[in-house]
Amino acid sequence: MNAETNATGRSALTPFTIVSGIIVIIGLVLTWLRFTGGLGAVTNLDHNNPWGIWISFDLLCGVALAAGGYTTTAACYLFGIKRFHSAVRPAILTAFLGYALVVFALHYDVGRPWRLPYPIFLSQGTSSLLFEVGLCVFIYLSVLAIEFTPIAFEWLGLKKLRNIIHGWTIALTIMGVVLSTMHQSSLGALFLIAPNKLHPLWYSTYLPLYFFISSMFAGMSMVLFESALAHRNFHHLMDTAHREESDGVALGFAKACSWVMFGYLAIKVLGLAVEDKWAYLATGWGAWFLVELVSFVAMPCLAYAIGYRDRNIGLIKATAAWTVLGIVLNRFNVSLVAFNWQLPSAERYFPSVMEIGVSVFVVTVGVIVYRFVVTRMPVFYEHPQYKGEH
Amino acid sequence: MEHAFHTLVDFMIYSKGWTYTLMGAGLVAALGFWRFLTGRENKQRLY
Repeated sequence: MNAETNATGRSALTPFTIVSGIIVIIGLVLTWLRFTGGLGAVTNLDHNNPWGIWISFDLLCGVALAAGGYTTTAACYLFGIKRFHSAVRPAILTAFLGYALVVFALHYDVGRPWRLPYPIFLSQGTSSLLFEVGLCVFIYLSVLAIEFTPIAFEWLGLKKLRNIIHGWTIALTIMGVVLSTMHQSSLGALFLIAPNKLHPLWYSTYLPLYFFISSMFAGMSMVLFESALAHRNFHHLMDTAHREESDGVALGFAKACSWVMFGYLAIKVLGLAVEDKWAYLATGWGAWFLVELVSFVAMPCLAYAIGYRDRNIGLIKATAAWTVLGIVLNRFNVSLVAFNWQLPSAERYFPSVMEIGVSVFVVTVGVIVYRFVVTRMPVFYEHPQYKGEH
Repeated sequence: MEHAFHTLVDFMIYSKGWTYTLMGAGLVAALGFWRFLTGRENKQRLY
């Protein structure tokens, strides 16, 4: 066997390994530049725009799209909807990787990353929303790590440890829901401090509510989107139960997403009414706001409903990708596009190629770790020794 | 739709008037949407 073949005799140089290898090498070079030259060497950030794409995409989108962990586990373990059972482990893995990558990416964004533990252990800013977000993400990442361990322990054959952790499932699920409720909304609340910087159509005293409600359908849509990709690439790893339940999961999530998106749309319109912001809709910013609200909330909401009514799994999967895109657009609008909207265009922020490169690197690392885990551990199938136990 | 509000009460009456009207419409729309969403459930429950 030569160096270019793996244990199964298949070539290790697949398009995936080549592309991801190139991205990782570029990412490592950018990492070197970032940590030797500082933020100024690789970013377009300045005093007007201290938060760039690493916050908008890696953090805000990452946290919202990782919300599938708490929604799926709550549905299955707290509300007793056992037909979602096969989606729990992929959702926990997606959430765990999502939050881990958020923290990983945060090391690039903060000026002195070695001080990240300070607010938790040394100097608690208990009146700060950012402290609350940091504390919640810190604790929830730990909860997700513990929720993930039974999967790893089953793979490693550590039956005793696995059974101990498995006994904590309900408590961990409740903690996950409580912590997510807190920090998903607090991420929106972070922008309440900047009423003069954020465009009035996106600024609202209800921002925490918007962020929390949208995280529900964002998380479920991400689970559906990830499931669609997994069925395409890892279908051979799935057991019969996983394959048979997947349509039921898609239909159930589509119904839930459609209903939650209807509520989200309603409170967004009510937000305009209660703060009397109708006049802004007649401007260019209003047109962009309506693009977001109609094309990426109302229409996916209707598409999910039609997909559920017609049992059209293809439409549901396509709508999941559409909704994920809509969430990314919303978070970008709040934190970048409509932020500092009054500044002249020369002073507006646009990410540098290197910033985008680091974000692509972070996502690629996530995909590589995801692939490593699902090809080795019982994520898409039940371990033969623990059939029907989790 | 520019409005000149001379007092806070004027503003509250205007904005809350719209809000409560839309809330009523939203509740009716929610009923209709729920019926649309679940309209075929009994006939074709596949799971």
